[in-house]
Amino acid sequence: MKNLTTLLLLMILSFGVRASEGVKLQEADVDVGDKTSLLRGAKHFVTYCLGCHSIKQVRYLRIALDTHADEKEVLKDIAPFGASIYDQLHSAMNKHDAEKWFGTQPPDLSLVARSRGADWIYSYLKSYYTDKNRPFGVNNLVFEDTAMPNPLWQLQGEQREVIRKTIYGDRIDLVLDKEGVLSEEEFDIMVNDLVTFLVYVGEPAQLERESMGKYVLIFLFLFFGLAYLLKKEYWKDIH
Amino acid sequence: MKPSRLNACGEWVLDRFPLASLWKDHMTHYYAPKNFNFWYFFGSLALLVLVNQFLTGILLTMNYKPDAKLAFDSVEYIMRDVSWGWLVRYMHSTGASAFFIVVYLHMFRGIMYGSFKQPRELIWIFGMLIFVALMAEAFMGYLLPWGQMSYWGAQVIISLFSAIPVIGDDLSLWIRGDYVVSDATLNRFFAFHVIAVPLVLVMLVFMHIVALHEVGSNNPDGIDIKKLKDKDGIPLDGIPFHPYYSVKDIAGVGVFLIFFATIIFYMPEMGGYFLEHANFIPADSMKTPEHIAPLWYFTPFYAILRAIPDKFAGVIGMGGAIVVLFLLPWLDRNPVRSIRYRGGIYKKALALFVISFIALGYLGTQPATPVMTNIARVFTAIYFGFFLLMPIYTRWEKTKPVPERVTVELSLEEQLPALIEAFEEITELNPVSEDSSQHPAFRSVFFSRRPNAEGIRKVTTRLAKKLKESLD
Repeated sequence: MKNLTTLLLLMILSFGVRASEGVKLQEADVDVGDKTSLLRGAKHFVTYCLGCHSIKQVRYLRIALDTHADEKEVLKDIAPFGASIYDQLHSAMNKHDAEKWFGTQPPDLSLVARSRGADWIYSYLKSYYTDKNRPFGVNNLVFEDTAMPNPLWQLQGEQREVIRKTIYGDRIDLVLDKEGVLSEEEFDIMVNDLVTFLVYVGEPAQLERESMGKYVLIFLFLFFGLAYLLKKEYWKDIH
Repeated sequence: MKPSRLNACGEWVLDRFPLASLWKDHMTHYYAPKNFNFWYFFGSLALLVLVNQFLTGILLTMNYKPDAKLAFDSVEYIMRDVSWGWLVRYMHSTGASAFFIVVYLHMFRGIMYGSFKQPRELIWIFGMLIFVALMAEAFMGYLLPWGQMSYWGAQVIISLFSAIPVIGDDLSLWIRGDYVVSDATLNRFFAFHVIAVPLVLVMLVFMHIVALHEVGSNNPDGIDIKKLKDKDGIPLDGIPFHPYYSVKDIAGVGVFLIFFATIIFYMPEMGGYFLEHANFIPADSMKTPEHIAPLWYFTPFYAILRAIPDKFAGVIGMGGAIVVLFLLPWLDRNPVRSIRYRGGIYKKALALFVISFIALGYLGTQPATPVMTNIARVFTAIYFGFFLLMPIYTRWEKTKPVPERVTVELSLEEQLPALIEAFEEITELNPVSEDSSQHPAFRSVFFSRRPNAEGIRKVTTRLAKKLKESLD
């Protein structure tokens, strides 16, 4: 008990050490309303991420409904073979295997865009570089010593870390060492689609929320206008 | 005949329940001063938010599961699969923050116009009890989503009790029901958040209003309107609460809801202040977040806690910051209520207090670096100085004469012409050249004006002078 208390006390007093996220994040261009980008992102997710990461809070049906896509098309193009439209995006990876292979269980990504933010994911996926000292041969600028290998290395190619000395200190850049299947531009679009999908998945209601908001506000402005006129009418004789 | 039947039913009820006299005493014949200004909206708005929290809270409990294994996912289930669940949840989470905004402004109104002074000490005490109950309610409610911040925030705050000598460890164990925050804690917090504290809140609000209607409302001039009555015994400066203030408050509700809806529909996280980013990660007792910050409404008190080097002293300081507010009616020795007629020393002290409260609130959201902690110490000293030195400096005050009757200030819309005048003074007309005047953008009034340096200087000096005068 004493130990816990001391620990918590230390925690309170030592907030000074915040994660050294000195890396400047790149900006993702997220438009959740872009249905084709969303569907592309969903497809990329199932192809490259679902092997390890689940999105247990979302069903394929929801994706079909929100993107106005045909349920059969979603099953055929996006969902893995044999999945039902009512299935959630569950990974097939076994928890024990995952811990054996990666040392930890890959987290569920339902809310990753809400906890990390779109820019972080975008930068993270683009910031892998070759590092011989890591078990998977890669490290990441945004998330140092990440347990995740680079799933997109074939597409992006291999990046190398270049450290340059400047008057502001060391400046780290990543340069493409070996070309991937996609050009840099194509790869950016692909990652952006993935991020868009993750942002959507973080809060599917946001599509509905934002489109509904304006009507609510118009109603409230009218309500206020009438209420104000009513107040004025009543208060005419108060001086 | 039907109407008479209906009337008879009405009569039947009225013979047995004093509905008519209640309505009369508290609405149509409750006389409120006629000079309420902007600051007087927040009482009724607090009531509105309370109702909002009750209704949305009841709906949320229908799908929420107070179980450490299910809680996090049940909230996401509400956000995704329950019809309108996202709206109800955002109304509840935004409502919590709105409650504190409204209540802080309501309390500030009381401090500014001396609403806590004789004979309204009890109203103030009930109000402070509501504030404490509200903090308990918010703190326990925040554990329920079972995210990382819920969990570790509760862990830190409950561990504060263990700083109390002798009984501390046992006390915090008793509160948690376990050695760490766990399912047992979640279950009891759910019970408190949903039943116990709301019941206390409702009773306190009832007493707050009963006490208020017994002595009558204060007003921006701090005058007792019951002193001067007409031949029917109605205060000369009073107007019936209903319909005058009920219609006025409805207009206020409209403005409030516009802000409220904007947040709900367009920025429900409010940049991480209303819903913290780390709280979208399920609670994990093995992973401590790098930076634990309570929600914004606790940060002033949290900053005080961190500013004091010793843990137990810090806890005392944090509690003391709330306790001194209770003592306000007896700390302030000046009989003049409203800030309008009080001396410059009090005005300046109050301004310092507001600055230190906001600064502490900001510092509480930031990681505690040594520099930040030292700044927080200065503001903590100012915070307590405002209250503890009050018995001294309020005696030195040179007050202004308080008028017999309430003064009526210009309302917001009546100030519009002056604003337009000031705008015209700080800008001057653009000399329109031939070709530019053809451009559609330059036909609007806005674009045909440009800033006028001379005018800006004049207006700012006037404002600065006015500000200085108002502080004397």
